[in-house]
Amino acid sequence: MSLSILAQTPLLTEQIPTPVVSWPALLPLIVMALGGLLLLTFASLFGRRVGTPFFTWWTVMTGLIAFGTAVPLWAQVQGWDRRVLWWNPEQTPAGAFSTVGGAFGIDGFSVLLTMLIALAVAVCALVMAGTSERDGERHVEGPALLILSATGAMVMVGANDLIVLFLGLEVLSLAVYVLAAMNLRRVQSQEAGLKYFVLGAFSSAFFLYGIALVYGGTGSTSLVNITGFLADNLLLGSSSVLVLLGIALMVAGLAFKVAAVPFHSWSPDVYDGAPTSSVAFMASVVKIAAFAGMVRVLVVGFDTFAADWRPILQVLAVLSLVGGALVALVQTNVKRLLAYSSISHAGFILLGVEAASDTGTRAVLVYLVAYTFLVIGSFAVVSIVGRSGDGMHSLDSYRGLGRVSPALAGTFTILLLAQAGVPFTSGFYAKFYAVIAAVDAQSAWLAVVAMLSAVIAAYLYLRLVVTMWFVAPGDQTPAPGLPIPATTGVALVVCVAVTLFIGITPGPLTSVVDEAPPVVVEPPVEQVADAPGLDGLPPGLLDALGGGGAGGQDPLTVDPGGAGTPAGGAP
Amino acid sequence: MRSIDAGYLVLAAILFSIGAFGLLVRRNPLVMLMCVELMLNAVNLTFVAFGMMLGDLAGQVTVLFVLVVAAAEVVVGLGIVVAMARRRPGATADDIRVLRG
Amino acid sequence: METTAVEYVVFALCAVIVLAGAFGVIWFRNPVQAALSLVATLFGVAVLFLNMNAQFLAAVQVIVYTGAIVVLILFVIMLLGVDVEEDLEEEPLVGQRVIALVIAAGVAGLVVAGVTLGGADLVSGARSVTGSIVDDVSNIEQIGRLLFTEYVFALEITAVLLTIAVIAAVVMSRRPSEVEPLPAENASMEPPEPMEPEAEEVFD
Repeated sequence: MSLSILAQTPLLTEQIPTPVVSWPALLPLIVMALGGLLLLTFASLFGRRVGTPFFTWWTVMTGLIAFGTAVPLWAQVQGWDRRVLWWNPEQTPAGAFSTVGGAFGIDGFSVLLTMLIALAVAVCALVMAGTSERDGERHVEGPALLILSATGAMVMVGANDLIVLFLGLEVLSLAVYVLAAMNLRRVQSQEAGLKYFVLGAFSSAFFLYGIALVYGGTGSTSLVNITGFLADNLLLGSSSVLVLLGIALMVAGLAFKVAAVPFHSWSPDVYDGAPTSSVAFMASVVKIAAFAGMVRVLVVGFDTFAADWRPILQVLAVLSLVGGALVALVQTNVKRLLAYSSISHAGFILLGVEAASDTGTRAVLVYLVAYTFLVIGSFAVVSIVGRSGDGMHSLDSYRGLGRVSPALAGTFTILLLAQAGVPFTSGFYAKFYAVIAAVDAQSAWLAVVAMLSAVIAAYLYLRLVVTMWFVAPGDQTPAPGLPIPATTGVALVVCVAVTLFIGITPGPLTSVVDEAPPVVVEPPVEQVADAPGLDGLPPGLLDALGGGGAGGQDPLTVDPGGAGTPAGGAP
Repeated sequence: MRSIDAGYLVLAAILFSIGAFGLLVRRNPLVMLMCVELMLNAVNLTFVAFGMMLGDLAGQVTVLFVLVVAAAEVVVGLGIVVAMARRRPGATADDIRVLRG
Repeated sequence: METTAVEYVVFALCAVIVLAGAFGVIWFRNPVQAALSLVATLFGVAVLFLNMNAQFLAAVQVIVYTGAIVVLILFVIMLLGVDVEEDLEEEPLVGQRVIALVIAAGVAGLVVAGVTLGGADLVSGARSVTGSIVDDVSNIEQIGRLLFTEYVFALEITAVLLTIAVIAAVVMSRRPSEVEPLPAENASMEPPEPMEPEAEEVFD
């Protein structure tokens, strides 16, 4: 009886046309996801024998290998000498491309940010190793969550579909909520995790509602289809209502993630309560991914609506720039102070997004590269000064640091000066390009606001520097002995080296960034395994098979080895 | 667009804002979690309604992913709540103070 | 597509149930009652899915939401014994309810205004871009096909998502070897408003 039902159902008699998968393009993702899973497996089998150094080593290697697998992708996108590629380059022509049915895009933008995320994971793992060694935590979950969370970030930077973007965001965020709440010894850590979770879920829901409305307005969640639809159809009046509302809700959701004023209220409390090594990760990688998502959705997907979303971003940018810098002035807790300063940094990056131009996107990239190492380095210092138990974060703990540990204080000074935007550091160029982008986009007043807020923020960083180096003569020396864990030391050296290198010779970075514009590309023609049932199908079903506007099925691209099992013998 | 279609969208919008309101004013973390579920359900309703109006299956498939996300979110949220309640048994009140700068 | 009278009746009934349940979630002081109201909302949404010809989702909604998620929440409520009533009279922060009301009313008002004023050309999207709904093929089959073609990448990502959820459960249920004392006055979280005295003992 069931056989006769099968015979009546045409779908079961032919093979499913699976989308073309370019495995090399997914390799960084696969390396990360597999690295996290294998790490968990090893730890559960041999955890007692191998210990924390192995976890750290593994995490750093995973990050570096993922970085290494992204390099050939860069060569492919740039159309360099094809001999660097180990796969058959004939399949995918040079230039940006998308894979897995157009869900995941490989362009200069995504490859560059994938590399940045991979490096950030490696450096964050070193910082985390330093604190866990000091505090006697021997758990594998921290490194594993770093890796898996970064997988979500990598998905986000390459997402060509709003649903994929959302899922990447959730992978990233859920892992970070746990990282924030992970220090089970301090109840503040769980409070921070809960607060981050509740407001994060709240903002995710807004983002998702925005996607739903955009879906109603354009008929698809794929950025390829959305840009195509918007290029063909001029949405005016009541037909643009859904798209406009959707954009507004998506901006609100992403603004929560980057902690732009007025969506910032979670960030000082969460930065304060969460373990410092987790904060280094959430301040760097989460912002990279959220800004990448913002650029991809707004600048690439909805550039036709730029006139509508630019004012929103301008308001967010001004509030973040001024609000972050001003509120940071009155903070007495260094972690909260850095939280507000990172809000101010977010304002600068928003300038680049707001510009809605290539110059703006370049500014975003330069700022993200510089900021990532600055913020990881700064929180690495904070994690050392926090001492065992991760609790000493008041400004008083930094008084006279220059005498206790000149190396640490010197490092922190360089990083703080770079955050202030002093020349010969990466921060200077980052701020410079952001301001240029604003001027370029006819919003010079924003540039003026940005520079004023930079001046305010400079006072704030200098105050911290002064606190470290200049001590009143009668002041008692603070508790002596501040050992720098070797791994954290390595991380600090890397961060300072990158900061100074970019600051002294910005040429390499800017030339790389110039080659990294974000684009959306249609997926390659789908591979259709032989489909004998196609002729007898109703026309609607053919649409269902063809999928997202992929330009029809070429019968010549039959791949005998394609996926899908031959379902013969049903009748 | 049929009038019942507009009904679905309006119902979803009201449901979403009830969830958002509840999340901001309630202080019990478990009730906040339920409010998140309300918001996600409103989004699901919107997706299916648009899918029906557009004659497109993508709306339904998307809801499936949202379901997975909702389940994962609940696991993480409950985990944090349990860990916190173990340290601080009366953890329903002001431990998380939303909307404070 | 004509709307039948049955569709209208079902919609009206379910809308009432959904909204009543949602109000219950934010109204009841006892979290158990709130969770049970949530069940009403979720069932209402499931029936609305049926009304919109999304049979598979209706089933999944009941199984996953009411069968797993709400039960999990109820279980935690009982486990922690936090089914204490919450004082809803006292406002947590000055002006918080006003802000919440503004946000909620803003979102709902904008969407409702858009829907009512938008009229016929509101849903402007291209039709059946990803996969058209075919009446003579079962709903679950069409969804399954789409999941493994167009959405196969998203499907893979959900695997990572669930892995993280598992790790989260393991991490959060671990008992720390030693604990720091509770902060007496919650110094690190900046004390603008007074906290209640924390005299409870740590029970582990």
